[in-house]
Parts: sequence; structure tokens; C-alpha cells
Amino acid sequence: MDQSIIKMLSYSFMQRALIVGIPVALCAALLGVSLILKRYSMIGDGLSHVGFGALALAAALNLAPLEVAIPIVIVSAFFLLRLSRNSKINGDGAIAIVSSSALAVGIVVTSITGGLNTDLYSYLFGSILALSEKDVVLSLVLCFVVLFLYVFFYHKIFSVTFDESFSLATGTNANVYNMVIALLTALTVVLGMQIMGTLLISSLIIFPGLTAMRVFKSYRSVVISAAIQSVLCVAIGLVLSFYMETASGATIVCVNLLCFLVFTLIGMIRRR
Amino acid sequence: MAILVCSDVTMSYEGVNVFEHLSFRLERGEYLCILGENGSGKSTLMKGLLGLLKPAGGKIEYSDGLTRNEIGYLPQQSPVQRDFPASVYEVVLSGTLNRRGMRPFYGKRERALADKNIERLSIEHLKKSCYRDLSGGQQQRVLLARALCATKSLLLLDEPVTGLDPVVSAEFYDLISDINKNDNITIIMVSHDVKQSIKCATHILHLENKTCFYGTVKDYIKSSVSDQFIKDR
Repeated sequence: MDQSIIKMLSYSFMQRALIVGIPVALCAALLGVSLILKRYSMIGDGLSHVGFGALALAAALNLAPLEVAIPIVIVSAFFLLRLSRNSKINGDGAIAIVSSSALAVGIVVTSITGGLNTDLYSYLFGSILALSEKDVVLSLVLCFVVLFLYVFFYHKIFSVTFDESFSLATGTNANVYNMVIALLTALTVVLGMQIMGTLLISSLIIFPGLTAMRVFKSYRSVVISAAIQSVLCVAIGLVLSFYMETASGATIVCVNLLCFLVFTLIGMIRRR
Repeated sequence: MAILVCSDVTMSYEGVNVFEHLSFRLERGEYLCILGENGSGKSTLMKGLLGLLKPAGGKIEYSDGLTRNEIGYLPQQSPVQRDFPASVYEVVLSGTLNRRGMRPFYGKRERALADKNIERLSIEHLKKSCYRDLSGGQQQRVLLARALCATKSLLLLDEPVTGLDPVVSAEFYDLISDINKNDNITIIMVSHDVKQSIKCATHILHLENKTCFYGTVKDYIKSSVSDQFIKDR
């Protein structure tokens, strides 16, 4: 067993997957707690579809994928946030339209320019084989930025999430912090897409927070529990996908689901 | 010394004027109740006072050295908060946020202030409890403690006893009166409980059909505006 772990870790693609996967999991879990509580769970899903469209465009134009996707997704994040706060347009519907349109545009662009190549396929379902060394460095830097900003604004994010009108009324500029949350989410989604795939990245954001809320009762304990769980689930999922030769993203989601069920059970027993 | 001066304020909501040419001034230590039917513009006025909505005309001015980040506010509860995992202490502490400026973490002073207000509202035993597991009355006390952390001089409350049973409501009104008298904090409360307002407040602002009454409680009882409300009950 020991030897097979060493063997597994000697593959450079596994090293890269773990190096990128763990910090991305951390970012996703932290932001996820706020997004769930703000009723923005679906924004992650919408953004990942936009990300896919952007990547398809980048591939068609022969540009570097991440450098194109990141700014486009950030802009869409601000846009979606505005839409879901505008009471005249139904937020849910708006997200659905944006995400399916982006996906459709992406697919049309790829079919015109020569079909779904392996790169795009891997962005749709997630693949750790597609990670280049440059992606790894960029991902690490951005994860560090996300974590730093999150910790720096932790208390303000709490206040804005818990009660936006109180924050606004007492002189905290809630809109700025909403935008910070959107920016950080956009970065996390694009980075996470590499491993989880467009279709599954939102679960990386939503699962850990929801799971933690089954059992923990203070904001801080929820955040910490979500972070730990998320990292463990990604690590275990990656290892399992190596041994079972399954898709990395899907395996990670399955581990998350298991974790969620266990926590739900614990929560139910405790409440008795 | 006036703490709040509204001069000739007109507020509109989605292009329609809710009320027009409202003028009044509030002195430090006074207790103002804003009354009126649903749709008379109570909430719109509240938003104006909080600076969330700009008046369509006129001016709302805080004076006496009061700035935006020295106002305490007790909002109506939103559905998000009903399932929010947060401890009472975390919620109360977040009221001190506007005192910190850009510093990212709470210091000793903020923690001491939060503890003081938790004690003031006798919710020490709940300090570590989860906010969503509390009863309606307890939740309001927590939010009041948070509001007190945010202010030294002015507290705005938006229908604070909605959904509370009569006994708890009465306790809550007593608490607010006590804060008004003993801590010398000016109170502005939106309410639809006319009887209770007459009992607690020093001044009444009654909004109705674009006409408004503003004056002391004594004048209000004499005035024709209050007649239908008081006689009915």
C-alpha cells in the first residue's frame, strides 16, 4: 500500500492535481458558505458555463485559455450579481438564460472551428491530465490572492451576508463587499473548472458549506468545518479517481455527497 | 441641540411621490414614533433617514457631530437570517464593525463593547447559542444589542415587535424606553401600534395620504389625525 501511494505521487499529473486541487477546494468552501447564505448558490453554476464559453472562444482563436476566461468570468460575475438584485428581473431566470446561452455559444463556436477537442472535453468534465505547469503556477498565485482577501474581509463578509441593510445603514459599503465576493467567486470557479469540469464545479462551492451547516451552529465553525471537509474530500476524491480510474471531478462530487449524507445523519441524531 | 433635521423632504418610490414637503426636527434624547397605514410611506421615510434612498426633494441632515457610522439600526428580519448559522456573540460583535475602519480584525475594545451590550440586554446565557434557534423575542434582543454596538446616540427601529406575542412585545417596549431614558439615546421607531406609541414616545409623526402630523404626544392626542385611531380602540 505504502509503495503504491509513493508510486501514485511520483506521477507529475497527480502532484499537479493535488497542488491545484487543495487550495482551490479551500477557496471554494470559504466562499461557498457566503454564497449559500446569500441565496446565490446558482451563480457558481452560471459562471462555470460562462467560463466554458470563454474557453471555447479562446481555443477557437488560439489564445491562452485561462487568460481569456478569467476576465470574461469576472465581468459576468458582476453582471449576474446586479441581475439577481434587480427585483424587476427574476434572478433565477436570468442566471439560467446567461448560463445556457454561454454554453450554447461555446459549443457552436467549437463545432464551427473543428469539433470538440480534448482540451474542451476536459473542461466540460474536468481532467487533471490537462493541467500544464503554467496553469499550476497561475492557479496557486490566484488562490493565494483569494485566501488573503477572504481573511482580510472575513468580518465584513459576515456582516454583509447576515444583514445587508444593517451594514448599509451603519456605514459599511455593502456593495463593495458584494463585488469582492463576486470577484473571488469568479476566480475560484475558473480555477476549479480545470479539475472539476464546467458541469460539476458548482458542487465544490455548495457542498462543503451545506454539509457543515447540518451540524455546526456558529458562522466560524461552519466556515472552518467547510474548509477542512472540502480539502479532505478533494484529496480523497483525487486519490480514489487514480485507483479506480474514474473521472476526477465526478469522484470528488461523490465523496462530497457521502460526506453530506453522514453530516445530515449526525445532525438528525444530535437534534433528537 | 437638534440631532436630525428634515426640511421640506419629498420621497418618491418608483417615480411616485409617497409623501411631500415633510419638515420636522428631532432633539437629542427624544423618542419619535412614526405612525401611518400600510403604504403611507413609513418604510420609505426610514430608508431616507438611513441614507439608503435619496429624497426626491428637500434635505435630511444629521447634526450634532453625528455621522453615518454612528447610527444604530434594528431592521425588520429578513428570511435569510432565519436559517443563518451564527452565534449570538458573532452577530452582536458585527455591530461594532463600523468603528474599525479598515482594520481587518476586532480588538479588545470591540469585544468589550459587545460584552457590555450583551449584558445590558440580559442575554449572557445565550452568548454561544445559535441565532436561528432562538425565539422571536430573543432574536430581537440580539439584534438590539448589535444596534447598540453601532451607536452612542441614535437608534432607528423598523416595526421591532412584529410577530412577537403581547407579553414579549411589552417587555421589548420597556427595554427601548429604558435605553432612551438611561442611556440618553434618541429613538426613532416605525410602528403601527398607536396606543403603545402614545405611551412611550415624546413625539409622533403620523403619515397619511400625503398629509402629515408632527408634534408632541399631547398635541397628537388633541389633534384630529389621531381621533379615528384612538376612539376605535
